[in-house]
Amino acid sequence: MIELKQVSKVFPTEDGDFEALSNIDLTIEDGDIFGIVGMSGAGKSTLVRCINLLERPTSGGVYIDGANLMDMTSAQLRQTRRSISMIFQQFNLLMQRTCLKNICFPMEIAGVPASEAKKRALEYLDIVGLPDKANAYPAQLSGGQKQRIAIARALASNPKVLLCDEATSALDPTTTRSILRLIKDINQRLGITVVVITHEMAVVEEICTHVAILDHGHMVETGKVEEVFSNPKTEAGRKLVFPEGANIDQFPVADVVRVVFNGGSSYEPLIASLAIDCGVKVNILGADTRNVNGQAFGSMLLGLPEDKAESAKAMAYLKSQNNVTVEEVPDYHG
Amino acid sequence: MAELLQNEEVLRLLELTKNGLLFAIWETLYVTVISTFFSYVIGLPLGVITVVGEPGGVLPLPRPVMAVINFVINILRSVPFLILMVVVIPLSRFFVGTSIGTTATIVPLIIAAFPFVARLVEASLREVDGGVVEAALSMGCSPLQVITKVMIPESRPSLISGFTTAFITILSYGAMAGAIGGGGLGSMALNLGYQRRMTIILWVSVVVLVILVQIFQSIGSRASVRLDKRVRKVDRKQKRKANKVEKAGFQ
Ligand SMILES: Nc1ncnc2c1ncn2[C@@H]1O[C@H](COP(=O)(O)OP(=O)(O)OP(=O)(O)O)[C@@H](O)[C@H]1O
Ligand SMILES: [Mg+2]
Repeated sequence: MIELKQVSKVFPTEDGDFEALSNIDLTIEDGDIFGIVGMSGAGKSTLVRCINLLERPTSGGVYIDGANLMDMTSAQLRQTRRSISMIFQQFNLLMQRTCLKNICFPMEIAGVPASEAKKRALEYLDIVGLPDKANAYPAQLSGGQKQRIAIARALASNPKVLLCDEATSALDPTTTRSILRLIKDINQRLGITVVVITHEMAVVEEICTHVAILDHGHMVETGKVEEVFSNPKTEAGRKLVFPEGANIDQFPVADVVRVVFNGGSSYEPLIASLAIDCGVKVNILGADTRNVNGQAFGSMLLGLPEDKAESAKAMAYLKSQNNVTVEEVPDYHG
Repeated sequence: MAELLQNEEVLRLLELTKNGLLFAIWETLYVTVISTFFSYVIGLPLGVITVVGEPGGVLPLPRPVMAVINFVINILRSVPFLILMVVVIPLSRFFVGTSIGTTATIVPLIIAAFPFVARLVEASLREVDGGVVEAALSMGCSPLQVITKVMIPESRPSLISGFTTAFITILSYGAMAGAIGGGGLGSMALNLGYQRRMTIILWVSVVVLVILVQIFQSIGSRASVRLDKRVRKVDRKQKRKANKVEKAGFQ
């Protein structure tokens, strides 16, 4: 289990101190695939680097299975780091070593006998699907292949935790999918806890069980992916989950409500039945639905009729639906 | 022509060149190899320290220590070699028991070259991608492991180019030491060739020096490229061209 308690990180800069993380509390259970999302500059990388103390928090505690990394000697910290692997956006492979030697590297550091290390490295080359690249150098691989080698390198030392900082951001969508599938597969097979940093919601939807939303160094939302994504409670969350929702300000309407679907099928039947059952026609100002773990989630902005009575009737009808939350958007000016 | 070859003076000269030349080449190589070796013994760790010891490095050292190291390197690099040689003569007597002759030139050469080597090593290590070092740290590498298993192996091609540059620079500075009584090709060119006006000897020693430099440079460049795993085979020729380092002085 990974626990961050009141973690803050302040960077001293030319223009005074900059607080990249402020009082982050976070618990990641064993076996979770935990997504950390946020806008660029929100502090995601800083947060994940705090987990293995590549970045030392200015204050707070980082607990791995109950032990606070902040209190460890550098030798103890090195020992702990061997059970926390990390993969990077830029792969960071050793360019002067073959793939096999790259995968052996962390085992070499940990003092695993060379023959044993080689055997395990070959096994993991197989797992990541590149058995024929043992003697190739990283320069001879494509980006996706490099990331597979990096994953093999990260896993060969039998870590308990895998940290991924934008691990798929340098890859095309198809390769991204295959890398994500590989990570999910490894999580299920080996029970490794995975922390995934990303700015792509699709990545979270694809593999994560839990998610935390970071905004300007604050953790604004956290929970199961279905819960957070179906009904983001904060502005930052909504912007991330429904980026399209913010771009529809140009429609001239009186009253606007946001209808959030928490796992229903799709939104068309609701609008149709609204028209049939109450005879009220509404404007769809914008909609963004997504498929999360097989269930449909999404939100929709509806412009209600100017007539107060009709508008109230529509509200009542919407509120009576299952799996749907309705909220007014008071500051919506067309 | 035949008459010229009968000429006693010319014959003596040829004899001198034949016997003296091989010995001079040997002396030059001996001085260069020993000086390069000790320059790296001192300069390599120093170069490593200048990179890893700075704030935010792998093994941060106290600022005053870093300031002293950098100051010493800069001072030594700014003293012209001829002046350094003269100043260092008493030191030579202390270290190698003599202040004249071939062996005596080794001491000033090392003192002039190790700061140069330190800077060359520093430049090579700075080329290592910070992300790779970070990855190594995240795997639990100790600072020493980062240096020996990541930074040095990853910058190997650049270190080899640097070594070639250092070796050649030391070779040519060693020739300069001929001026104060060191042996080798330099002294042959200066003392026999220039001062006694035996122009042939002057030219022969210069040509031999040029050939030596060419040989070592191409060996070094080839080794650097051959051992660089970042380049795919097709790119090698281009890379070799780019790799040819301009011959620079210690300063
Ligand atoms: N070493 C540093 N010194 C000063 N400021 C820093 C440092 N590292 C990060 N920051 C600042 O902290 C903030 C968070 O940076 P971080 O790299 O964690 O963002 P991020 O969420 O990973 O963004 P991205 O999605 O673009 O990678 C940024 O505003 C950045 O400028
Ligand atoms: Mg980042």
